[in-house]
Amino acid sequence: MEKELRLMKGNEAIAEAAIRVGADAYFGYPITPQSEVIEYLMSEKPYERTGMVVLQAESEVAAINMIYGAAACGRMSMTSSSSPGISLKQEGISYIAGAELPCLILNVVRGGPGLGTIQPSQSDYFQSTKGGGHGDYRLIVLAPASVQEMYDFVELGFDLAFKYRNPVMIQSDGIIGQMMEKVEIGEQKQRRSPEEIIKQCPWATTGKPESRERNIITSLDLVAAKQEEFNLKLIKKYEEVKEKEVRYELINCDDAEYIIVAYGSSSRLSMKAMDILRAKGIKVGILRLITLFPFPTKIIAELTERVKGFLAVEMSAGQMVEDVRLAVQFKKPVEHFGRLGGVIPSPEEIVEALEQKIIGG
Amino acid sequence: MAEITIQDIIKEENLVYKKSKVMTDTTLSYCPGCGHGTAHRLIAEVIEEMGIQAETIGVSPVGCSVLMYNFLDVDFQQAAHGRAPAVATAIKRVMPEKYVFTYQGDGDLAAIGTAETIHACNRGENITIIFVNNGIYGMTGGQMAPTTLPGMPASTCPFGRDVEIMGNPLKMTELVSQLAGTYFVTRQSVHSPRNVRKAKKAIKMAFENQKLKRGVSFVEIVSNCNSGWKLNPVKANEWMEDNMFPFYPLGDIKVDGEIVSK
Amino acid sequence: MTEEIIIAGFGGQGVLSMGKILTYSGLMQGQEVSWMPSYGPEMRGGTSNVTAIISDERISSPILTQYDTAIILNQQSMDKFESMVKKGGTLLYDPNGITRHPERTDINIYKVEATKIATEMGNAKVFNMVVLGAYLKIKPIVKMENVVKGLKKSIPARNHKLLPLNEEAIGKGMNALEKA
Repeated sequence: MEKELRLMKGNEAIAEAAIRVGADAYFGYPITPQSEVIEYLMSEKPYERTGMVVLQAESEVAAINMIYGAAACGRMSMTSSSSPGISLKQEGISYIAGAELPCLILNVVRGGPGLGTIQPSQSDYFQSTKGGGHGDYRLIVLAPASVQEMYDFVELGFDLAFKYRNPVMIQSDGIIGQMMEKVEIGEQKQRRSPEEIIKQCPWATTGKPESRERNIITSLDLVAAKQEEFNLKLIKKYEEVKEKEVRYELINCDDAEYIIVAYGSSSRLSMKAMDILRAKGIKVGILRLITLFPFPTKIIAELTERVKGFLAVEMSAGQMVEDVRLAVQFKKPVEHFGRLGGVIPSPEEIVEALEQKIIGG
Repeated sequence: MAEITIQDIIKEENLVYKKSKVMTDTTLSYCPGCGHGTAHRLIAEVIEEMGIQAETIGVSPVGCSVLMYNFLDVDFQQAAHGRAPAVATAIKRVMPEKYVFTYQGDGDLAAIGTAETIHACNRGENITIIFVNNGIYGMTGGQMAPTTLPGMPASTCPFGRDVEIMGNPLKMTELVSQLAGTYFVTRQSVHSPRNVRKAKKAIKMAFENQKLKRGVSFVEIVSNCNSGWKLNPVKANEWMEDNMFPFYPLGDIKVDGEIVSK
Repeated sequence: MTEEIIIAGFGGQGVLSMGKILTYSGLMQGQEVSWMPSYGPEMRGGTSNVTAIISDERISSPILTQYDTAIILNQQSMDKFESMVKKGGTLLYDPNGITRHPERTDINIYKVEATKIATEMGNAKVFNMVVLGAYLKIKPIVKMENVVKGLKKSIPARNHKLLPLNEEAIGKGMNALEKA
């Protein structure tokens, strides 16, 4: 069969992917720069195409709790928002993690704190990777760097969410959300039948037949020792995720003397910077993070042995750089470069930062 | 006269009451005299009588009834504080043929969850909402609720609710009855056998309405909180009759989508 | 081949859709493409611009500060983008409304009277297609048959009756190109 190619915005690609992979439900609330997600879904009438539920909720808080309700029924459920809205969702995300429910959350990050700007930013790294809401939990965090990855990570995200019974976040930003690129569209997958859902998710609240005990979805335990037992179980799960699910891309790292560590749109800007630097004879490679959690500590440790230094490029005041430093263990210089508040760094600025902070430093 | 033995009494024809099989054997965590246990039993009986145990998903709130899933033998989700109507919305939307109900206290439904309550009601979700109003935050130790009566003391209004400072109590049930998405709105109590029978009828209607797909069925149960009110169970019920019912009058407010109260 | 283009003008001039048609045409002939609009408060009226990239290779940054080609359709954009054309690059503009013409001597400058032509054609909306035609005359990076395919993909089906008019406008733009 011939591949179907389309020119799409990242926000549209993710919405189309949700329909195509057979998602059961989307609940969301509009916020710039990601309102195209629900706009696209509503215009596509997925309730007719596949029977997928789409509902504009009264708030981000309601939307994430709708996700809780649908996910607890074993449904493939997705929501999306941008930074201030993701802050509102943190209560629900914590409950979802605490109840071990699978779901997909898209954050098209904009500048903050507060209402901030509507321009692209990567300043929600800490929030995405360190928990975000209350309690000891982690999200699996995917960072698409192209519109194609926005599309592809929907299926990957749902796979990981159901495999580990854990919320998965796609952390994108205004650049990846708003730009259009070529997207290869996958075939329409059949939504799972209620019977298939019960088989795949025997824990789900789908109605209690005589044949089994009732299913209870809760994150509450009044006995501290039992809660600790549960916390340890979560930690074990996260350790497994760290072991098995690290994803990254090495670009021109074989002969590299300097490594730019970046993800999402920053990695794209850095690729241009790399081209400029290589043209000058400076051997630069890029470690592009695909998973922000789990973080690719091992490969950074390996690179540390053979390169002269690292530049962490991110549109934040320096968040990911802390994890890079932890991985490098002070064995080589690690510096940060980023622009803030929705300002996009130019490739030339990245070139200058590497030359001054790492090579000259 | 022949002596009557216990075996003579335990016979099928003498049975006047038995525990619903939809209730589990877990001991209720509620205070003696609390209305929650009776409200739970009525829901369990309705589910059993309708034969929908396998088709029912409950949503418990944050509050005294947070552990409701331990007491009813149906699939259950425990929701974040106030969010039960949003959670129930999604359950019903992804499984429209199931029976979905929320069970919420006054703090959960009428304070922190006001937005979720209003919007689920306004969208006309085909769910049942059971709202237990005892005018106080029971679980956290007797703080003021959105439904605490004027002058009524609570730990965060120890000299009684001063409406000048704390605002007025919220009549959530009257409020939701005004929304186009509610189909059945009623206020009941479970403090006397007569009221228990009426409340059960209302709860049954509220569940049966889900088949019609005509919107929310909303049952408020005005109840007591003898711990929070610092009264013994008998006195608490008397206080409820004298003070709660005049402010929260019992009876149907909206039936079959039409306002019926004066 | 990599062609990095900025198209800039007023909102309503069809800047974004011109970029979309161009990139869709590239996609139709198997190339890598990206289309990145300026977005933000300025999208509510005022200026509008889009970075369009067509390449035989994986595209790095979708946002740039140096362009192979700048297509400039109002004075504000001239002031902002003239200096951002790479040395030896191309600047195409419509002189309508331009009070300060481009001054650089190290780039190739072209103009097209697109506003005038579109007005003569009786449909202001084909303005951007006249400009596109002029651009394709300078840099025939996409084949005409793929432009037609790109047009079809970019224009909603209900407007497909306007396809011949758009093609005509592209042709007029090609013929009206002048070296400045």
